[in-house]
Amino acid sequence: MGLTYQSVGIPATREMFNVKVTDNRSVIALAGNPNTGKSTLFNALTGLRQHTGNWPGKTVLQSKGSFIYKGREYTVVDLPGTYSLLANSVEEQVARDFICFAKPDTTVVVVDATCLERNLNLVLQVMEITEKVIVCVNLIDEARRKKLNVDIQKLSELLGIPAVATAACTGEGLPQLLDLISQVVCGDLKPKPKLVHYSSELENAISKLEPKIKEVLGAELNSRWVALRLLEGDKTLIESLEKFYSQEMIKATREVLA
Amino acid sequence: MSCRASLGVLMKEAREIIGICQDEVRHSIVNSIYQSAESIAAGTVSSKAGKNMDWDRRIDRVLTSPVWGFPIMFGMLTVILWMTITGANIPSAILAQGLFWIEERLTELFIAVGAPAWLHGFLVLGVYRGAAWVVSVMLPPMAIFFPLFTLLEDLGYLPRVAFNLDRFFKGAGAHGKQALTMSMGFGCNAAGVIACRIIDSPRERLIATLTNSFVPCNGRFPTLIALATVFVGSSAASMSSAAAALSVAGLVVFGIAITLLISWLLTKTLLKGIPSSFTLELPPYRKPQIVQVIVRSVLDRIIFVLTRAVIIAAPAGGIVWILANTMIGDTSILAALAGWLDPFARHLGLDGFILLAFILGLPANEIVFPILIMSYVSGGVMMELDSLEALRRLLVDQHGWTWLTALCTMLFVLCHWPCGTTLFTIQREQRSWYWMAVAAVIPTVVGIVVCITVNYLVRALGLI
Amino acid sequence: MSAKDSVVLSDMKPGSRGKVVRISAKGPLRRRILDMGLVSGVEINVKGVAPLGDPMEILVRGYSLSLRKQEAAEIHVEVM
Repeated sequence: MGLTYQSVGIPATREMFNVKVTDNRSVIALAGNPNTGKSTLFNALTGLRQHTGNWPGKTVLQSKGSFIYKGREYTVVDLPGTYSLLANSVEEQVARDFICFAKPDTTVVVVDATCLERNLNLVLQVMEITEKVIVCVNLIDEARRKKLNVDIQKLSELLGIPAVATAACTGEGLPQLLDLISQVVCGDLKPKPKLVHYSSELENAISKLEPKIKEVLGAELNSRWVALRLLEGDKTLIESLEKFYSQEMIKATREVLA
Repeated sequence: MSCRASLGVLMKEAREIIGICQDEVRHSIVNSIYQSAESIAAGTVSSKAGKNMDWDRRIDRVLTSPVWGFPIMFGMLTVILWMTITGANIPSAILAQGLFWIEERLTELFIAVGAPAWLHGFLVLGVYRGAAWVVSVMLPPMAIFFPLFTLLEDLGYLPRVAFNLDRFFKGAGAHGKQALTMSMGFGCNAAGVIACRIIDSPRERLIATLTNSFVPCNGRFPTLIALATVFVGSSAASMSSAAAALSVAGLVVFGIAITLLISWLLTKTLLKGIPSSFTLELPPYRKPQIVQVIVRSVLDRIIFVLTRAVIIAAPAGGIVWILANTMIGDTSILAALAGWLDPFARHLGLDGFILLAFILGLPANEIVFPILIMSYVSGGVMMELDSLEALRRLLVDQHGWTWLTALCTMLFVLCHWPCGTTLFTIQREQRSWYWMAVAAVIPTVVGIVVCITVNYLVRALGLI
Repeated sequence: MSAKDSVVLSDMKPGSRGKVVRISAKGPLRRRILDMGLVSGVEINVKGVAPLGDPMEILVRGYSLSLRKQEAAEIHVEVM
């Protein structure tokens, strides 16, 4: 399929998110639950001054910032804080659409070290959409104070993606995070997410649907993830597809289904 | 066939393949994801702590207790206001003295170079004075109130406020998160309107948007505080600022009551519907980075106020000076406009100048009070306004203010059209001129009704 | 598990614990409840109620969640 993604190398849909498209600029998305210190991390990375609060919905506007690391320029997009990407709310839809259609070069999922179980929900969902994921276990100082120990190495193994512990307010772990980001962006480090296994009936249905989805969407979106959304009847995804992929897409689809 | 259609076909197919209802599928998906999360967390997190701590729970038990929950909320608000009032006095006076000293030097300079009187008047008595007033009257309270409020926010207290108040909002057919958008409104109503995005239901979001201006923003607080200090706090020395703080806190509670009442009325009329869900995470209490928060938000406020002083207050000062000094016959335009508004304003317990200041203050609420003072001053004798006592003399002795005038003005500060920025934000958020107009009309009508009622009630009861 | 072993979450007293057995809500509310981590089998802990008796605060998966009683009435729990 002659979609713009392949021809230019940068997703054309990125422009629709007001992200400047240039060759030497990488896009990093920050995802995470509310109250995980995501905005503090955003400030620490970009040096941009903005007030960060700790109640849900604080980042109602998508903030953007940038930084330079080892001669490469990065645009950081702070996505709205969400618990899930299942599009129950506007924020969840915004976050999902950004990861799906702007295709960030790396998505950093910020999680709360003191409440890992609840936060992993989002990590596992992001991993289903994109492989380029880093999990950033933030508030590690808080966890230490509560005498909680998080085995980062093990976490990385179990998830199949790079993991790093940080305390954004003191700057702890930021150098390691920057290093991981640059490695994933350059392709030196290839995350191999270990995806969630669903019930056998669901897995069966997914394998039946996947080839058909590939016919329609090509390699644009992860077909396993799309299959799951179709199975649960998520209409917002179809609406977003319509919005972000233009005539070209429709034309191609027409040919396939002719 | 479009992409939508082909995926629609696939979705139908998916439904046939799976054979169970979509709600079940969702449950199964979420279940599997959480099971993975559980096992991963169990494999990576180990706890060395005993079961003895749970401070959050203990704090929650007090802050959300049936007995202490509400008194603590009111108490915190009063304490913050009291700290603002007592803390702002001295820097306000210093700033005023400094800025008026500069004004005198500027005047000398204009005289020395032989500049025409109108140029001196426009630039120094208009533009400069407008900006100077906003800086000296508005900056100190803002720079104290805002950081304190931010600290409360970072502490994790605000979600508990939403939790405590939710029962009221549910009763009014609104969303519990409206309490959070109102909290944002304390900082700035435009920000509060944007914060309404956290409410998922469009109906409840609109209710929160339309009523947000009943929370006095940072541009209005200093006016309330100044008036409260002059009229409530002037009696006894030691208790004075506490009394002033209490009266402003009482006014805030009144604003919340109005918010609930209007929300309820909207639910019954324009925005019929049943309340949606209220699931809100109550984050753990965290020790805020006190120094960082204070330094950052004080700097924020200073930049904010200075920018607004230059962009809005300075031009407004110039305009007011022109209006006050352009004569038609033997009265100035300003006096003529005020005179024209006066009969109506009297019904509200105000006077023409006060109402005119509110109208001219549409671009930003923080210039309302400075405009009022400028229009009072420019008509009469020049005076040094570097203390609250001077302000008191100006209002009471020269312009016949009573405590009722002050009360009605404070009520009108609380209930009138939102500032231009907020209206613009509402238009942008709702993409509707209609709702923007409604957002302006509702508080204005409420303000007029409240002021007329209070004014006539007090007079009828012979309290004044 | 028979239905009589379970109670609805809204009837539970502060301090009591239980395991979610069923969510009877439908549509968006169901989705919202599930997304907050309230799925069958998860353990919950009632922390308390707001000053006016509604909403209530529960502990689930290590975090505090506030729910209106109306929503809690859709969550069936086996008391432990």
